Amino acid sequence: MRHTITVLVENEFGVLTRVAGLFSARGYNIETLNVAPLQDKSISRMTLVTRGDEHVIEQIKKQLNKLIPVIKVEDISHAVHLERGMLMVKVKACSDHCDELLELVERYGGEVLDDHIDSHMILEFTDKVDVLDAILEALEPFGIIEATRTGPLGMRRGAEGFRVD
Amino acid sequence: MKLSGAEILVECLKREGVDTIFGYPGGAVLQIYDAIFKQDHFKHFLVRHEQGALHAASGYARASGKCGVALVTSGPGATNAVTGLADALADSTPIVCFSGQVPSGLIGNDAFQEADVVGITRSATKHNFLVKRVEDLALIIRQAFHIATTGRPGPVLVDIPKDISINICEFEWPEAVNMRSYQPVTSGHPGQIKKAVKKMLSAQRPVIYSGGGIMNASGSAVLLRELSHALNAPVTNTLMGLGGVPYDDSHFLGMLGMHGTYEANMAVSHCDLLVAVGARFDDRVTGKLEAFAPDATVIHIDVDPSSISKNVHAHLPIVGDVKIVLGQLLEEIARKNGQPDEAALALWWEQVAEWRAVDSLHFEQPERGTIKPQTVIRQVHALTEGDAIVVTDVGQHQMWAAQHYGFRKPNRFLTSGGLGTMGYGLPAGLGAQIAMPDERVVIFTGDASIQMCIQELATMYQYKLPVVIIILNNAYMGMVRQWQEMFYESRYSHSYFDALPDFVKLAEAFGGVGMRVDKVADLDATLKAAFEVDGERFVLVDVAVSREENVYPMVPAGAALNEMVLS
Repeated sequence: MRHTITVLVENEFGVLTRVAGLFSARGYNIETLNVAPLQDKSISRMTLVTRGDEHVIEQIKKQLNKLIPVIKVEDISHAVHLERGMLMVKVKACSDHCDELLELVERYGGEVLDDHIDSHMILEFTDKVDVLDAILEALEPFGIIEATRTGPLGMRRGAEGFRVD
Repeated sequence: MKLSGAEILVECLKREGVDTIFGYPGGAVLQIYDAIFKQDHFKHFLVRHEQGALHAASGYARASGKCGVALVTSGPGATNAVTGLADALADSTPIVCFSGQVPSGLIGNDAFQEADVVGITRSATKHNFLVKRVEDLALIIRQAFHIATTGRPGPVLVDIPKDISINICEFEWPEAVNMRSYQPVTSGHPGQIKKAVKKMLSAQRPVIYSGGGIMNASGSAVLLRELSHALNAPVTNTLMGLGGVPYDDSHFLGMLGMHGTYEANMAVSHCDLLVAVGARFDDRVTGKLEAFAPDATVIHIDVDPSSISKNVHAHLPIVGDVKIVLGQLLEEIARKNGQPDEAALALWWEQVAEWRAVDSLHFEQPERGTIKPQTVIRQVHALTEGDAIVVTDVGQHQMWAAQHYGFRKPNRFLTSGGLGTMGYGLPAGLGAQIAMPDERVVIFTGDASIQMCIQELATMYQYKLPVVIIILNNAYMGMVRQWQEMFYESRYSHSYFDALPDFVKLAEAFGGVGMRVDKVADLDATLKAAFEVDGERFVLVDVAVSREENVYPMVPAGAALNEMVLS
């Protein structure tokens, strides 16, 4: 089963390698990993997506907690939560298909970042993972020149926050 | 006060109460060695190879209960130390290792004697640090000792670029270490303690299974024994846990696992309650997982949450320091005035007695002819009154020592259990002798193992360490040969040496005393003579033992514990 795990870590040298190394050393899957420091620059927040049965996920959480710079770990998959990823895509453009393309961008709440109507456009979308998949599929006929996307970021719903106590 | 990085290191070691370090100098640590030259707070022991420094620190730590300290240079110095770090990680031994690094400005330039040591040792340490500013050094050292010695202990490496050891800053000693990301749990959850005691008192066929955690939690062995008597429950120890219960205690079943006793493995296979204390259900202990303690409710006490339910599901986990948790359990039993189910236990002990009667460690020593390796171990037990610090290498001799020596106290059996590092014995033994100068240290080794760190004989000679080394010499890599005999139709592929050195001459060449014995009739006198040498020199006794003796009982890899081969 797919699990989304959020992690607060000390924002220090090598911490990303420790987390990534843990997954490779113990043979766990890692589908996506996002990490960036927050307002308090001493802390980074990670969202990682992994797959495994309950036993494996339990071990992953324990092993993450065992890493010295890891402050807090939470598997948000079982809680009501939100996930959003971002997609940047460069597509071929020509005046014949321009309206169609812009309509697609509007439908998915995207944004045109770079507009060369007779050559190409760079588009940005932020949405759930499966919607981003659908967008890529819908853009395919226009001709995708290149694409890049993030793994999802995740957050629990509700008034409480995932913070260092 | 303004100090250089090297002086800060020396000052911090002094304040951490370090009295002994093991090391080997080199370019990147010259500044540190110069600071060591000028101080007299701790003694530095020069090993002959960096692997030896780490194993010596391990032997020192495990015999004394203190943190081991090692110092190595950059590049090959640090890569040589990796085996010792991995060994200490697998066996939860507290060590802080300092490695030199090329100057900060050269890092990443493929400089002379540069290696990515923090990268290489990341998975071989509990944690590691690269010092980037001399101002951070004192705090990092403080954290390194804190991390190495608390929670589940382990090795921590501090990589110090040469310029950091030279740079000067105002020295500030951090009085306290407080890391928001590292706060090991020490006491067991009171609710879990209550539940555990309830299960313990109602058990009909309980077994306590304790491991190396008892060695790390000083003072816990007494409580372990109290618990087993309070519950009238039999106890088995892992390889790392030997000495947790005295070998002649009425409740002791011997070691369990691949080369464990029949009674220990059968009891675990048939118990209805298994209380794991500071043990981690290693594959050499469990055999086939699906058949391990199939009817048991499992209570698992461990300071490391990631050890719990990793291999075997724990129905009742208790995270905490085993000494504190054992104390809590005993208190709860006393508070309830709890009595175990003696009627059921009488039947259980009857069953255990039947298994014991199989006498699975039995062997025949002919009066004439070759010496059985088991005989050597038993003779040494008799001569040392079961009171020696016993150190081993890895292989058949290690298992015979575990099975036949008979340990009275904890921290008296130093062996490489998790990583299974051949070459551990000699350096660990010298480390133990340095930690405990008034104790008798005996190293059991094999003709193969001893050659992996034999250079440390020079260290023993230099520091006049009166260690007694006993080679159970069968002219084979005995355990490899045994497996080849059992599972590869006796094709002895590269498990023997066409040329073994003359170990007696070798011992003499290194400045020690060498002896050889190959007849049973001469064994006792030779061993006695070995233990009576002046106390200033190491003694090496090369014992020719029956060449194709196998270690029994044995659970073949992947089989269930109750599928033991007895002979």
